[in-house]
Amino acid sequence: MAGKTLFDKVWEAHVVVEEPGKPPLLYIDLHLLHEVTSPQAFEGLRLAGRRVRRPDLTFATMDHNVPTTPRIPGQPLSPDPIAAQQMETLIRNCREFGITLFDLYSPDQGIVHIIGPQLGLTQPGKTIVCGDSHTSTHGAFGALAFGIGTSEVEHVLATQTLPQWKPKSMEIWIEGELGLGVTAKDVILGLIGQIGTDGATGYVVEYRGPVVERMTMEERMTICNMAIEAGARAGMVAPDATTFAYLEGRRYAPKGAAFERAVAYWETLPTDPDATFDHRVVFDVSRLAPQVTWGTSPGMVTDVTGRVPDPSEFADPETRRAAERALEYMGLEPGTPIQEIKIDRVFIGSCTNARLEDLRAAAQVVRGKKVAPGVRAMVVPGSQWIKYQAEQEGLDQIFKEAGFEWREAGCSMCLGMNQDILQPGERCASTSNRNFEGRQGRGGRTHLVSPVMAAAAAIYGHFVDVRELGVLTA
Amino acid sequence: MEPFRVHRGLAVPLDRINVDTDQIVPKQFLKRVERTGFGQFLFYDWRYDEQGQPRPDFVLNLPRYQGATILITGANFGCGSSREHAPWALKEYGFRAILAPSFADIFYNNCLNNGLLPVRLEAEVVGELMRRATEEEGYYVTVDLEACQVRDDHGLVQPFELDAFRRRMLLEGLDPIDITLEHEAAIRAYEAAHPGW
Repeated sequence: MAGKTLFDKVWEAHVVVEEPGKPPLLYIDLHLLHEVTSPQAFEGLRLAGRRVRRPDLTFATMDHNVPTTPRIPGQPLSPDPIAAQQMETLIRNCREFGITLFDLYSPDQGIVHIIGPQLGLTQPGKTIVCGDSHTSTHGAFGALAFGIGTSEVEHVLATQTLPQWKPKSMEIWIEGELGLGVTAKDVILGLIGQIGTDGATGYVVEYRGPVVERMTMEERMTICNMAIEAGARAGMVAPDATTFAYLEGRRYAPKGAAFERAVAYWETLPTDPDATFDHRVVFDVSRLAPQVTWGTSPGMVTDVTGRVPDPSEFADPETRRAAERALEYMGLEPGTPIQEIKIDRVFIGSCTNARLEDLRAAAQVVRGKKVAPGVRAMVVPGSQWIKYQAEQEGLDQIFKEAGFEWREAGCSMCLGMNQDILQPGERCASTSNRNFEGRQGRGGRTHLVSPVMAAAAAIYGHFVDVRELGVLTA
Repeated sequence: MEPFRVHRGLAVPLDRINVDTDQIVPKQFLKRVERTGFGQFLFYDWRYDEQGQPRPDFVLNLPRYQGATILITGANFGCGSSREHAPWALKEYGFRAILAPSFADIFYNNCLNNGLLPVRLEAEVVGELMRRATEEEGYYVTVDLEACQVRDDHGLVQPFELDAFRRRMLLEGLDPIDITLEHEAAIRAYEAAHPGW
């Protein structure tokens, strides 16, 4: 019998019922909630007179809408009354249905995909869902984690299961040696540039190979986070010693003998040597440069040493038209060197790149320097715990002395649902995951980059090749 | 859920690829706690200018496409965010079916859960439908889920696929949660066999 992939093993361990002609019913081990995609699901439960089946497997936080300005108890949750109502609705729903909520004043509050791993809720072999496409982040631990819609949120609340057709499997083999200053963010952007934003649609991706094995958990989370930007249903990385070391001692991770039992099981999860995938992609990172997006889709990306492409270079007419529209929206001329593009704003944050390691790397670039005149730069830590840890290390001082704003945790300008938005025409170097039209604010122009590249752009006022600054150490 | 069987309606072409859910419903409109009220925000930044005035050149604003219920569009429609507000907005605006070469996975499921039929067709077929909807004023298309066919009034007949399970759910307008709850005993047995660490 052929061997099994990591995905096969996690999938098969969660099939509750499988009948011919019907999608298998999959058990869900962890359900994460936030304020934006859950209210209609709770309302649906109420209308049907249903309960939350497993409140003990369900955890909530508020992140999408939350202000990142100082939080004062007794003050309104948001200056935006509609956003405040959405948060109050989540508080009420969690109270009524008995769900643990990390609210605005909790030291555990943060972006849902950051706090899951941080609290040890995210574990190898689990099935994890959330009404948010970046749920793929949790796959870094060898979990099967995917985003769902609100109807499916309601389904999981009511039944703790989800009927799902099994997606196909794709191996993305990442090999070569990453240069200094070339990060996990550049790996995933470069990969999406190669396979396209629908290159993995219909697939669960497993990232494999020597580069992935050497990655930290934070780096693995970055590449799994943006699996959705390649269209993937989920991204996964096999659990290993790096994974176990990250998890040991975290609040919701198993303890003592239970941890030993868990590790013994987790060690059985990696893909068998004789397993096969439905599709295979090889990505060599040896000559990969820091990446900068130039358009309005994450696949519109090039090297920092490159130029804005000429749409006429694209053979496919639809791609050409999309590139023309993107350049018009972005206010860019074909052939412009990437390093001549001036920026107005810098955003270091999001579930892609707002972990402690990201902030440390950005601080290396910022230390002792000043944000360029006319540039407004902000750091939004991914969680209140990360913010606290960063402050213990003095990272906040490095950023603040350079002229960065140092904010409270939340999704913030990644999607601009709170007050942190771009003004029309403003151009932003952003460590987030989507450069869609209007994503960071109507008329705003987003360039996706790594934290060190964003930090460098803040100092110089335009994109620069961070490798040439001589400030990074391995 | 509202059943979908056979629908004949005016078709509108949106000739773009990779239309993301941020375009379908911009994020500033996601703060409602109801499932309703999103139709007015559909494609907001494309339909309206900075002053909130309709952009006369955007396809949905052209008088000839008023009342359209079938959207013909490019590949990878609905990519990006998982927001179900996107199909809610499309449905409330009046769309009953979307014809495209491909859809993003989460969006595809979200549509099916709302009785909005996403139909995958070959890129050449979509191109031809788009051409006809552009050139012919008052171009009507029939989307027939009973026969799994897309047809027009000029003899175009194109089969499409949807798995039998989802097809039945849509044809009969079944509630997926009710179907799952028929397996209550199996879910309980699964939980008993998997107590956790």
